[in-house]
Amino acid sequence: MTLLEVTLLVPLLGGLLLAVVGHRPVAGWINVAVGVVTFGAALVMALEVFARGPQLSGGRMFYIDAFNVYLVVLTAFVGLTTSIFSRPYMRHEVERGRVTDRRLRLYHSMYQCFLFSMLLALSTNNLGVLWVAMELATLTTVLLVSLYRTPEAIEAAWKYFILCGVGIAQALFGTVLIYFAAENKLGADRDDTLLWTVLHGSAGANLDPAVITLAFVFLLVGYGTKVGLVPLHNWLPDAHSEGPTPMSAVLSGLLLNVALYALVRVKMLVDASLHTNLAGHLMMGFGLLSFTVAGLFLHRQHDVKRMFSYSSIEHMGLITFGFGMGGALATFGALLHMTVHSLTKSAIFITVGHACQLAGTQRIDQIRGLIRTQPAIGWGLLIGTVAIAGFPPFGVFISEFLLLMATMKSWPWLTIPLLVGFGVAFAGLFRHMQRMVFGEPPPKQKPVEANMLPVVVHLLLVLLLGLAIPGFLSRWFEQATVLISGASPL
Amino acid sequence: MGVANLGLYNQAIILFAALALFTSFIMLAQGRMMPLIFTFAWQGLLLAVVSVLVAIVSKHPELYVSAALTFTLKVVLIPWLLYRLSVQLNMQYDAEAIEHPTLLLLGGVALVIFSYFVAQSIVHLSGLATRNTIAVSIAIELLGMLLMCVRKSAVAQVIGFMSMESGIFFAAVVSTYGMPLVVELGVAFDILVAAILFGVFFFHLRDSFGSLNVGQFNRLSEANQPMPLRDAAGEHSSGGPHPPGEPS
Repeated sequence: MTLLEVTLLVPLLGGLLLAVVGHRPVAGWINVAVGVVTFGAALVMALEVFARGPQLSGGRMFYIDAFNVYLVVLTAFVGLTTSIFSRPYMRHEVERGRVTDRRLRLYHSMYQCFLFSMLLALSTNNLGVLWVAMELATLTTVLLVSLYRTPEAIEAAWKYFILCGVGIAQALFGTVLIYFAAENKLGADRDDTLLWTVLHGSAGANLDPAVITLAFVFLLVGYGTKVGLVPLHNWLPDAHSEGPTPMSAVLSGLLLNVALYALVRVKMLVDASLHTNLAGHLMMGFGLLSFTVAGLFLHRQHDVKRMFSYSSIEHMGLITFGFGMGGALATFGALLHMTVHSLTKSAIFITVGHACQLAGTQRIDQIRGLIRTQPAIGWGLLIGTVAIAGFPPFGVFISEFLLLMATMKSWPWLTIPLLVGFGVAFAGLFRHMQRMVFGEPPPKQKPVEANMLPVVVHLLLVLLLGLAIPGFLSRWFEQATVLISGASPL
Repeated sequence: MGVANLGLYNQAIILFAALALFTSFIMLAQGRMMPLIFTFAWQGLLLAVVSVLVAIVSKHPELYVSAALTFTLKVVLIPWLLYRLSVQLNMQYDAEAIEHPTLLLLGGVALVIFSYFVAQSIVHLSGLATRNTIAVSIAIELLGMLLMCVRKSAVAQVIGFMSMESGIFFAAVVSTYGMPLVVELGVAFDILVAAILFGVFFFHLRDSFGSLNVGQFNRLSEANQPMPLRDAAGEHSSGGPHPPGEPS
């Protein structure tokens, strides 16, 4: 299990180191180096798990199976590519005078601590520690949202702090209730009843239904707030639009996934003891609501980062809907969609970050002529948007198609709102894209230093996933699908 | 189960839990800053006392750790931090006008009844002596949330937040004799970090908005589009224009 320790300790130690030297020019490179080591360790660990099956660490603190190991790899990967992007981006922000040395140190340090908290949340075996890590993820990012110290940024960070704090407190209460139910069945004199393996293994089937139902409602509200499900989504567009762009990329691409991961883990427990589809139906309802509402809100946006954060809500809603539907095909589609959405959305935020530096603003009506000024950014944004809207050669199309197929099989009449939602979202994204990308560039618009490597890698991966999913990857998703839904899609 | 049949310790547990619930109501109706902070400290003390009593009754020595954590965080550190910040920000005599206090307190009563209703379906499972107080812990949590919803001042919102956390911590103590130690420590650590961050935010809020009244937040709503022009390079130094009607 030493590889897991490397995966967890390297970002933590990197964060501590960067807290001291984070303002030096070399800090950007340290950030990238930490990302490389983390990703390497995560990848090797994933291959081990893939070959030998789930692993439980000594002391049963950590549990790695096909479901979370793929998210660990995804998190480490996007963390790495975003750190590559953040080096020139943050240097540009320092040159523009938006970020002082102290804040740069804070940024670098908290970036790695944030990655650590997400990796901890993914790999822990203890539902309580899962909660602690989720809260830690909020705490490490809240000062990053307010990094620019503008009134908007402060307002966004306060909203984020309070809403996610209150939301996630509900999840703690839900966790207490699960512990209550488990102690009730397994005896109060043991202290391992909050371990996921224990709960899911022997006890899952006979936890008290009344308590578990109540617990799930609290957990859904709690972790659902962090996923950005609709009545609780208010913090998300603000936090994503006001923080520095690398933060938006990791918040959108990773944090939402981790929160949804927590919810799906809990759902697996609840399903095992309730024998009804209550949890699934609740998730389907919230998911479909988020999907529809966020698609409509796409049309009202004037800020490009806000627009893409609504697109994140929309996609998270779709994934939640897919997991809620259960069944092999829907779960497979949801897992795939989680991956392609993370890759595409972080690529888009990276491009948008460069585009905003180019135009000097985030307002959609002032970003013009990207392709004329700097073709790499213009094409990156266009292709990224084409991918996220679900056009055929890209992976998002495949996963959305799978989810649509699954819906058609089990809930035929729900395909109508889904299809309408796809159309509405597509129109919302593309009504502004034309002018931003092709329009006449304003005078004096000069190219900026941009590193498009992460964008190219992400979009190529998404394209590859759309053309042909490699054999080992599909077997991997299949393993995860079997874990979650109990049936194989292949 | 009649109260008279319970042992002395159990009666004391119920008494102190009820007093803690009462402090929640006091906070709900208290508009002035200093008394609000002190009432919050009193609530922490009462909950810590209940934890000690439960530890004695149930012979669970690990509950002393919970009690010590509650005492350190909720009675000493957080109230002290809030007190110091209020003095530094020169707002210790500030008072907030509470709209519709009667309605608010009646709402609180409704929440308590709702908590008993919710707890009814799960209480029968518990064999613990403290099961009568599960409903109280839910009520403290919900009243904390109500406090956060109705107050506009950042300090009051933080106190509501911390009171919610106290309620959840208390729920863990009375329903399961505490969570596993690693989780309790983790939660306590998170709360401590949150408290410090809230302190940092008070200064940011004052610097940007001139006061800690978060009710005037209006820059980031969907109804308010299009947003004021944001020239990113020029604005950070001036702090941006103040919203209308705000004392600066």
